[in-house]
Amino acid sequence: MPRTAAGAPRTTVRPPRAAAVPGRAPTSLTQGAAGAGGGVGASTLRPDGVLKVTGEFAYSSDLWHEDMLWGHTLRSTVAHARILAVHTGEALATPGVHAVLTYDDLPTEVRTYGLEIRDTPVLAHGKVRHHGEPVALVAADHPETARRAAARIRVEYEELPVVTDEASALGPDAVLVHEDREDHHSGHVPHPNVVHRQPVVRGDADAAAARADVVVRGEYVFGMQDQAFLGPESGLAVPAEDGGVDLYVATQWLHSDLRQIAPVLGLPESRVRMTLSGVGGAFGGREDLSMQIHGCLLALRTGRPVKMVYNRFESFFGHVHRHPARLSYEHGATRDGRLTHVRCRIVLDGGAYASSSPAVVGNAASLSVGPYVVDDVDLEALALYTNNPPCGAMRGFGAVQACFAYEAQMDKVAAELGLDPVEFRQRNAMRQGSVMPTGQRVDAPAPVAELLRRVKAMPMPPEQQWRTTEGADVRALPGGLSNTTHGEGVVRGVGYAVGIKNVGFSEGFDDYSTARVRIEVINGEPVATVHTAMAEVGQGGVTVHAQIARSELGVTQVTIQPADTRVGSAGSTSASRQTYMTGGAVKNTCEAVRERVLDIGRRRFGTHHPAWATAELLLEDGRVVTDGGEALALVADVLGDESVDLELEFRHRPTQAFDLRTGQGDGHVQYSFAAHRAVVEVDTELGLVKVVELACAQDVGKALNPLSVAGQIQGGTTQGLGIAVMEEIVVDPRTAKVRNPSFTDYLIPTILDTPTIPVDVLELADSNAPYGLRGVGEAPTLSSTPAVLAAIRQATGLELNRTPVRPEHLTGT
Amino acid sequence: MRVTMTVNGRPQEADDVWEGESLLYVLRERMGLPGSKNACEQGECGSCTVRLDGVPVCACLVAAGQAQGREVVTVEGLAGPDGRLSTVQQAFVDAGAVQCGFCTPGLLVAADELLERHPEPSDGDIREALSGNLCRCTGYEKILDAVRLAAARTGQAV
Ligand code: FES
Ligand code: FES
Repeated sequence: MPRTAAGAPRTTVRPPRAAAVPGRAPTSLTQGAAGAGGGVGASTLRPDGVLKVTGEFAYSSDLWHEDMLWGHTLRSTVAHARILAVHTGEALATPGVHAVLTYDDLPTEVRTYGLEIRDTPVLAHGKVRHHGEPVALVAADHPETARRAAARIRVEYEELPVVTDEASALGPDAVLVHEDREDHHSGHVPHPNVVHRQPVVRGDADAAAARADVVVRGEYVFGMQDQAFLGPESGLAVPAEDGGVDLYVATQWLHSDLRQIAPVLGLPESRVRMTLSGVGGAFGGREDLSMQIHGCLLALRTGRPVKMVYNRFESFFGHVHRHPARLSYEHGATRDGRLTHVRCRIVLDGGAYASSSPAVVGNAASLSVGPYVVDDVDLEALALYTNNPPCGAMRGFGAVQACFAYEAQMDKVAAELGLDPVEFRQRNAMRQGSVMPTGQRVDAPAPVAELLRRVKAMPMPPEQQWRTTEGADVRALPGGLSNTTHGEGVVRGVGYAVGIKNVGFSEGFDDYSTARVRIEVINGEPVATVHTAMAEVGQGGVTVHAQIARSELGVTQVTIQPADTRVGSAGSTSASRQTYMTGGAVKNTCEAVRERVLDIGRRRFGTHHPAWATAELLLEDGRVVTDGGEALALVADVLGDESVDLELEFRHRPTQAFDLRTGQGDGHVQYSFAAHRAVVEVDTELGLVKVVELACAQDVGKALNPLSVAGQIQGGTTQGLGIAVMEEIVVDPRTAKVRNPSFTDYLIPTILDTPTIPVDVLELADSNAPYGLRGVGEAPTLSSTPAVLAAIRQATGLELNRTPVRPEHLTGT
Repeated sequence: MRVTMTVNGRPQEADDVWEGESLLYVLRERMGLPGSKNACEQGECGSCTVRLDGVPVCACLVAAGQAQGREVVTVEGLAGPDGRLSTVQQAFVDAGAVQCGFCTPGLLVAADELLERHPEPSDGDIREALSGNLCRCTGYEKILDAVRLAAARTGQAV
């Protein structure tokens, strides 16, 4: 085929779109009276729904700017190596290439970043520590030109031995992943290859063990899961006239990105302006930076807008994964079914850089017993530095791995005692007032036994659902359309699990969120505008913010402004915290705005009616009303030409760091609970599993939007199902290279793999939380995995101590 | 090379297209139709599903040149000329089948084709027809609801 000298095209990409800056920018979302309104508690529809179904919603990969270049990252092909040389000449000479950057081109001495520990190089220097680490950057006028030029960069590596597991990380001659680390954890860890370690010791586990009638031990292995959000990492960096940069990007926390980006660019934060662009899912995978700094560096170097879009292959290297783990547990119980003690050790593989490993360790340790009351415990969790891919945040954050293991243990103990597994759990279930292994008293409803009761009481799916009048519908059988069975060799199993997850940021973190709210009269009607930096990643925060504003300000029209860094931080869209935190900020700010409106009203109309001075006043349906329902004035008349505009911060109650030796401390803000019942059918000859139904009961405190709540529970449940039976990033244990970075080889559940997910939502208010709500997003990811595993064990009689379960584990081949 | 095709009923052309470019790239980057998404560029996720002469295909796997002279329908072509949402689009909004929405355009094109072919699909039919479209957010339950709702509304309309 005809080529340019470079073999790749050199045409300027010029779509016939509006050439605004950027071409497709995030829009304000307005939702008004057109049937889509509704306050707190209504199943209001998403304000961005129509844009999303028409294809008009601008995701970060859709951004476009006149004259923009395309950026590309060259990534390491080996896991651990010294970099002897990087030859960029040929790449730079490629026609259409505008810049090639390596470590030596970084503009300041700040060359690393990180969420908590600044150990991640912007571009590799001297060494690479994992497969896929960024080594160089290219900007060119066509994405293919950029890719090909990157392929022409020659890197000379001298390979080093790899650290891949506990034995190689902590052995006597262990290679150090970070040979000269200095961070706030390095002083207390037992080995430099341990990122952080958190013990939790309470009571006397030895003495309690002596009282146990049965003691059950188990070793569990949890595979590396990927967030696999569908919208790849992408964004557009536009150099600005003041020497700064405007960055449009898909992220989970704009201000955290900003804090990490600005120092590397050598710019004050005020000259890095960030705007959230459309986010195609996140699940923790966008907490760490991906293309943010790289795109800005290329834009500042070339003076041109630079867009970067990872393909799926690069996306697998572009974000941290869920920590794989090895977990050893010992549970003891008395004949009458009371837990005596728990001992456990959870070893998480943090990979080459710290990311959020320390916080994941804190979660795994403090939640390692699950939602059960055990007075005597000896627990610890730690994360290793290895040359495996870096691991960090993913939905469930350290609690998922623990839940998989403690729930398997609960079934084992119940079996040992001859007790029904649900009954055994209920006997030991925590409730309001119970004490956590960390010594923290659970001061909100903790309906663990009730959730189990509810999920058990849900109607069972009919036996042999696949049977039809004509025979079998193979689509509903294990193996599905592969037509591997017509029902022969298929057995059913049922399993239960329940889990506990913390909500919000823990361990003394100053977790806050900011909201700006304005009310003004437009066309004779009061209109509210809500501006926050909250990342809408699909969870529906924008919907809920509008609902809150409607409820608190009595308006129908609410405009949600695009999230950006012109307003204070909203914190991260993670840890199930956004509805609590930014929702709380919107609520509080609306309340303050309402007070101002009422003050104006008192000033203007106070003399007309005594209720202005004496009654509790509310805003409802565009009017000022008394708590008795009497209307005093139209809000439009109260405000006239005035507007009220306030920006306030919201904090949850403070938490404490866990004691480094004992793990004691009121470390968490709130807990959330979900229970699952899984029904599976297994083709025992071929080792194929069909999950028939995955029922969930969850306490959400208060469902601000029941439709969204159900969607979150079903989505989280499905990710847990993925861990159970298919999802795993496979890392070669000899080379630490990733073997399956594609959707061909890393499998996520399709609609055929996913069963019906009936949901039973309980609303027991937490008096500390706004509206009594409880974070929803993560808890369902915890218990669905162990429930599926329990069901497969029941169907097959096998032990099954690892995720995901593969056919060979079921057939013994 | 120059590629011409009919997209959503309108003739479109793109110049200087390199032979390696996919239909998806040409639609998104040259024709200004970014509705079809790029989540894998490997034919595995269905986010880029468009109809090529009526047949649903992964636009990422179709070379731009293969679309020469043919009819392409993308998500941008589903709504009516007056901007009114199609039945299946409205059903996705109403049923809460859209979360992050990245999978939505591909699912809509696939579901639209299913309902045209099969106005009263069983759950098994829906699952089979949409099995090439990954969604990471919803757990699919609300997507099933949406397709059932669209089928019911279409049935009522006739
Ligand atoms: S982008 Fe075409 S199938 Fe995934
Ligand atoms: S809604 Fe996010 S991938 Fe489907």
